[in-house]
Amino acid sequence: MRTKRLTIVMSALLVGALAAGCTSGEGEATPQETGPVDLTFWTWAPNMDKIAEVWNQAHPNIHVTVSKQAGGDESAAKFLTAAKAGNAPDLMQAEYQMLPSFVAAEAVADIKADVSAIKGEFSDGIWGLVTLGTDAVYGVPQDSGPMMLYYRTDLFTQYGVTVPKTWDEYAAAARAVHAKDKSVYLGGFSSKDPGWFAGLSQQAGGQWWSIAGDAWKVGINDTATKKVANYWGGLANEGVVDTQAQWTPEWNAALNDGKLLSWASAVWAPGVLSSNAPNGKGKWAIAPLPQWSASEQFSGFWGGSSIAVAAGSKHRKAAAEFTAWLNTDAKALDLLIKEAAVYPAAKKGQSLLTQAPDYFSNQSDFWKVATTVSSTARGFTFGPNVNVAYSAYKDAFDKAVQSKSSFTDALTTVHETTVADMKKSGFKLAS
Amino acid sequence: MARARRGARASRAGAIPYLYLAPAIALFCFFVAVPIGYTVYLSLRRAKFSGLGLGKGSRKEIFVGLDNYRAAISDGEFWASWVRVLGYAIGVLVLMLGLALVFALLLDSATVRFGRFSRIAIFLPYAVPAVVATLLWGFLYLPSLSPIHDLLEAVGITGVDLLGPGTVVFSMANIAIWGGTGFNMLVLYTQLRSISRDYYEAARIDGASEWAIALRIKVPMLVPAIVLTTVFSIIATIQVFSEPVTLRPITNALSSTWSPLMKVYRDAFVTGDLYSAAATSIVIAVISLIPSLGFLRLVRRRAFGEDV
Repeated sequence: MRTKRLTIVMSALLVGALAAGCTSGEGEATPQETGPVDLTFWTWAPNMDKIAEVWNQAHPNIHVTVSKQAGGDESAAKFLTAAKAGNAPDLMQAEYQMLPSFVAAEAVADIKADVSAIKGEFSDGIWGLVTLGTDAVYGVPQDSGPMMLYYRTDLFTQYGVTVPKTWDEYAAAARAVHAKDKSVYLGGFSSKDPGWFAGLSQQAGGQWWSIAGDAWKVGINDTATKKVANYWGGLANEGVVDTQAQWTPEWNAALNDGKLLSWASAVWAPGVLSSNAPNGKGKWAIAPLPQWSASEQFSGFWGGSSIAVAAGSKHRKAAAEFTAWLNTDAKALDLLIKEAAVYPAAKKGQSLLTQAPDYFSNQSDFWKVATTVSSTARGFTFGPNVNVAYSAYKDAFDKAVQSKSSFTDALTTVHETTVADMKKSGFKLAS
Repeated sequence: MARARRGARASRAGAIPYLYLAPAIALFCFFVAVPIGYTVYLSLRRAKFSGLGLGKGSRKEIFVGLDNYRAAISDGEFWASWVRVLGYAIGVLVLMLGLALVFALLLDSATVRFGRFSRIAIFLPYAVPAVVATLLWGFLYLPSLSPIHDLLEAVGITGVDLLGPGTVVFSMANIAIWGGTGFNMLVLYTQLRSISRDYYEAARIDGASEWAIALRIKVPMLVPAIVLTTVFSIIATIQVFSEPVTLRPITNALSSTWSPLMKVYRDAFVTGDLYSAAATSIVIAVISLIPSLGFLRLVRRRAFGEDV
């Protein structure tokens, strides 16, 4: 039946792959430092081929070919598999949280010698994400995702809600809004987005992983993160925040039809909103995330990626040169902003952001607010098995949302699963 | 001398069949034997890190014997996934094959109208890939997009969550039945058409009703085809994968290890543990063989007239 058909398709693919493998094997030449080199670049940023074209025009000796990827977990898995099979691309877009597992799998190269000169272009927090707190440099930061509160200005007025300054105010507003109309929520809790929860935990001061000497310390259920889990668990079980799966047509409709009044998201959200909620154009605005205490001002990061050089690349130097240009050259940064809708990680890139995104034409100080928020964002070190933790998050919090059970218990499950996996793999853990 | 020459000729003749078989054997080796062998090899190994696991050479692949198998078998969640899938499989098998049989008999009956059209209409869903079918149905299950919910509300049923913890299994079974009935119907129908019409004529002369002909003649003669479709369907349903994986993003009720194959996928491609995935897939292959072989054994004599 279907399985059989799948087998046939797989066989055909394998034959094709083998044939391709043979031909590329024959054409392989010994690495040359002089003649023109060809680099392949896996990325999911839109229009990256146009930006590579600008580089190719100016650098006849280093030709970059962009291969568009799907992004997310699938791309990471695909890259790791390709690296294992020995046919990884030269350059790879690597989300910050995936970089440690790439390093642990020895799939990315240390390019410290080639890029240490550009360290000053980035804030220390961001640079730490590509060094993982070690002496090596495993990539060049491309974008970052500081989190803020996106909200519907018109509906906030309609429901009599003011922009919440603290999470307590947010909770009160969530109750008030839902009491007025049972089909409307102030915001949602997403059991599908471990990265979102990680960002909120960063804001609260959580440290999911840290390095103590030559050992890892895991703190997924630390006090700060427990506070975040407990807070959202309370609201979810009370039924005053939306717990439906996000990124579905249903969720898009809720955003579009004004059933969700706000979204705690990252700086890249305008792209999502403009395509998923076109009706809201000109009606959304941004504000800093609500705070845990009125006297502080913090944010966290959701997403963001670096460009890494594969360990198997034959042209590491050329690849490192390209990734340094792409993420620090003023012209390249300008292209990243305009063509790829990227919020650049480089400090000078942020001053290039002047005109608010089209969707936010009503908020002329969009980038001013975003830059302020960005300067208050704090991150944490990602460990070598983020994929395990994130997968456990989805399972544990799906279940907690579904059965209205304790979110702190779910968090403990995530913590324990992560620690058990690290123990099994042999990582040294600080006691 | 003479004997030696005869021996040589015999061995030359003996080589020719192997020559003919060579392409098949080579393909079998490349695409079946070698991958299975490699899976077994991987299943006996594991990645071992030392210290932080970040520096060069801190990752080693070591031989761990049957550890991965032990871990797979002692994982409670793995057996829970089998229980879930067995419940799902029984429902799907009974309904899908039952429907396929009914449709095949209806299409074969003397009084059928629009036979050709119905046959194609019932078969058509099989041509839709499982992932596409699941996306399609998944959108139909979402309240704000779904005409199903509108219909339910029209008859006064509200608040039904087709993707909730208690209902999502039925929603998935519905997709599998929708997609699989046509194929099984076609197999049964083809077999029915190959039965000589003389039997029916004889039966009618003896005064048998259409009902009696269907139950007493058609169904018994269909047994080999029913066995075949059952075995294929058992294998396909316990390997259920596309439906839950595709539905997972739109519901909170399916875990990443809902079915045994999903656990393999998660280990191999999400958490990057190819070794555990290899061991688990071998365990799954062995377990899948048991009901299929068992069922074949049970019906072998009746269906194919062979001695057990």
